[in-house]
Amino acid sequence: MQPVRAIDLGLMTCRVCAQVIDRATVGANVRCVRCHRVVTTRMRGSVEKSLALLIAGMILYFPANLLPVLHTSSVRGSSDSTIIGGILEFWDTGSWDIAALIFLASVVVPVTKFLAIGLLLWTVRWHSAWARHERAKLYRFVEFIGYWSMLDVVVVAITCSLLQFKALASAEPGLGIVFFCAVVVSTMMAARSFDPRLIWDTPGGGA
Amino acid sequence: MNIPAPTIETHRIRVRLVWIIPIVAAVVGVTLVIQNWRERGPRVTITFESGEGLEVGKTLIKYRDVTIGRVSQITLSDDRTHVEVVGDLVKSASDVAVQSAQFWVVRPRIGVGWASGLDTLLSGAYIGVEPGTGGGSRTRFIGLETPPPLDHGSQGRQIVLSAHDLGSLSAGAPVYFHRFQVGRVIEEHLDESTAEARIVAFIDAPYDKDITPATRFWNASGVDLNLSAEGLKVRTQSAATVLAGGIAFADAPVSSDADVAKPEADFTLYADEQTAMAPPNGEPHIIRMRFEKPLRGLVVGAPIEFVGVEVGSVTSIDVGYEPKTVHFPVFVTGKLYPQRMGLAYKTIHANGAVSTDEDIVRFWGQLIGHGLRAQPRSGNLLTGRLYLALDFVPGAPKVNFNPAARPTELPTIESGMGELQANITQVVKKLDALPLERVVDHLDQDLTALHGTLGQINDKLLPSATQTLGTTHDALENVGDLLTGDSAFRVNIEQTLDDVQQTLHSFKALADYLDHHPEALIKGRPADPGIPQAKPAGKADGVK
Repeated sequence: MQPVRAIDLGLMTCRVCAQVIDRATVGANVRCVRCHRVVTTRMRGSVEKSLALLIAGMILYFPANLLPVLHTSSVRGSSDSTIIGGILEFWDTGSWDIAALIFLASVVVPVTKFLAIGLLLWTVRWHSAWARHERAKLYRFVEFIGYWSMLDVVVVAITCSLLQFKALASAEPGLGIVFFCAVVVSTMMAARSFDPRLIWDTPGGGA
Repeated sequence: MNIPAPTIETHRIRVRLVWIIPIVAAVVGVTLVIQNWRERGPRVTITFESGEGLEVGKTLIKYRDVTIGRVSQITLSDDRTHVEVVGDLVKSASDVAVQSAQFWVVRPRIGVGWASGLDTLLSGAYIGVEPGTGGGSRTRFIGLETPPPLDHGSQGRQIVLSAHDLGSLSAGAPVYFHRFQVGRVIEEHLDESTAEARIVAFIDAPYDKDITPATRFWNASGVDLNLSAEGLKVRTQSAATVLAGGIAFADAPVSSDADVAKPEADFTLYADEQTAMAPPNGEPHIIRMRFEKPLRGLVVGAPIEFVGVEVGSVTSIDVGYEPKTVHFPVFVTGKLYPQRMGLAYKTIHANGAVSTDEDIVRFWGQLIGHGLRAQPRSGNLLTGRLYLALDFVPGAPKVNFNPAARPTELPTIESGMGELQANITQVVKKLDALPLERVVDHLDQDLTALHGTLGQINDKLLPSATQTLGTTHDALENVGDLLTGDSAFRVNIEQTLDDVQQTLHSFKALADYLDHHPEALIKGRPADPGIPQAKPAGKADGVK
């Protein structure tokens, strides 16, 4: 039996309290009778919002990588390290596992998210019926890996709080980490803004 | 199924507001790029002999300890003779890279009495800059191998010293004024044309004001050991200069600089303080003296004194020969600096007596007429060194002075006759003062008493001593008799000793027996103890 979309039945649900509302009796913009949240059949401007946040994330990804994320100073002098520089340093000093982990969190995950959300938006924009189940899985995957990029931010935060020996050695966060944090937040918001139901709003998606 | 009707509300918020986020992100990104581009200053290429301690991306370019750039690339030059270091300067430091700018690598350097760049021991080397003062901008520089001697914008004055030799001076050697360090040597080189050492020194403000045309500089290097007619002298400036050398300066005594004017930038570096502080020499006047007696202890460089003031020195000592009389006179040549006579010279000069060479010679003639003679004198009894004294000798025999002779010949008198006479007179006077008669009286009495004592010894002590010796001799003879080969005494002693030996043997046997059989003391001796039979050695070992 083919699954049936609520929209086909003229129904919609409140996203907060799951109250089922009869769409046929009202217009497009309604409030939930129970919790008074605005209820829509699909998230309003989902694609546009998601796209805007995705583009913002991609733009912010450049300063996040070009600016130093960590400023360390010790008696041997001070140095600024960028994300890529830090990964290379870990790799060179033999800590290839840490290097791989940071590489995963700071390069692989964000880039995957850009590509995945981009793909989702692209296919939804053109009402593609291609691989809908896989795209739904992809969406869930993007939601899942979203916060793992915060690993970098946490690493910098812990390093800065632990490495405080006054004149001997100290570490301070660089401007880059702020941008990186913004990248993570904006891509997560982009993923959240995307309405996965749109995947199924294609010919044959409902009935 | 009854589904309630919801309330209807038209929405007012426009979704397009979300586009502000990427726009803000783009603006921030572009701003950063522009800011970065604006902050980027000129890129300079500096060549060094070696890239020791330099690291791409880490080595900083600093001016007054403020970072103004960073090394972005290090490459070998095409001909591989040096290293090319590319540095990116910040925008605010772009006026540093002009024609006269100097770059050098700051590394730890330690010398005697100074150290620099010690902070780079931990932090690693950095490139120091002395910004240029003018000229057009430039991107290629040749790095200095040693830091420039002067700090950024030092206030003071540079002076040039010329010296016969460098001594132990080197760049960085301190310059002292009243034993305060007020400057340092910044450069030294040999002047090709004059073969003199040229030393450039920098005197820090405000001490540069202490340098006047009358200032004298001297080499304060090392330990100055001087053994001369005046005795042993040891002079040092400070512990550091002993090892590293140094220069000291002070004003010459006021009286001597009245008619001396030197160009301000060029001074003479004297070998020592004494030379430096001596009145200016002026033109030397050569004199020659003939001595008939050998002059042991007179050396080249020995001082020539006029009424106790050193006015010159001996320059050569020659031995002449007169075949007729087979006589070897000694000819001594010396340099006299009339100006060293100071006030006397000025007075004489003012009277116009010595304006030309002939005048000087005529003046000599007058002095010789008044009894001026050269005389070798002992300057130091310890070393035996002699010096020449020019003095007026009353009643000196008249001599013929030849004003035409060059060098001027000075009449002489022989070594210290007067001195010797005075010494002898002194000795005689002291002898006179001795209470000789009283001493002789006392001696006579003492000798008489001694004579008496000796007589007593002779009369009484000696006969009794002879008697005692005879008795002793008899006693010894008796003892000798007792001990001869077949005397009864000796035979008795030998027998007694044999008996004692046998007794001891028996006693030993008893002791051994009791040791093994202590019960015998109570029980008595068993019937036949027998002699314990020696067991075979092997079996005995086995039992053990």
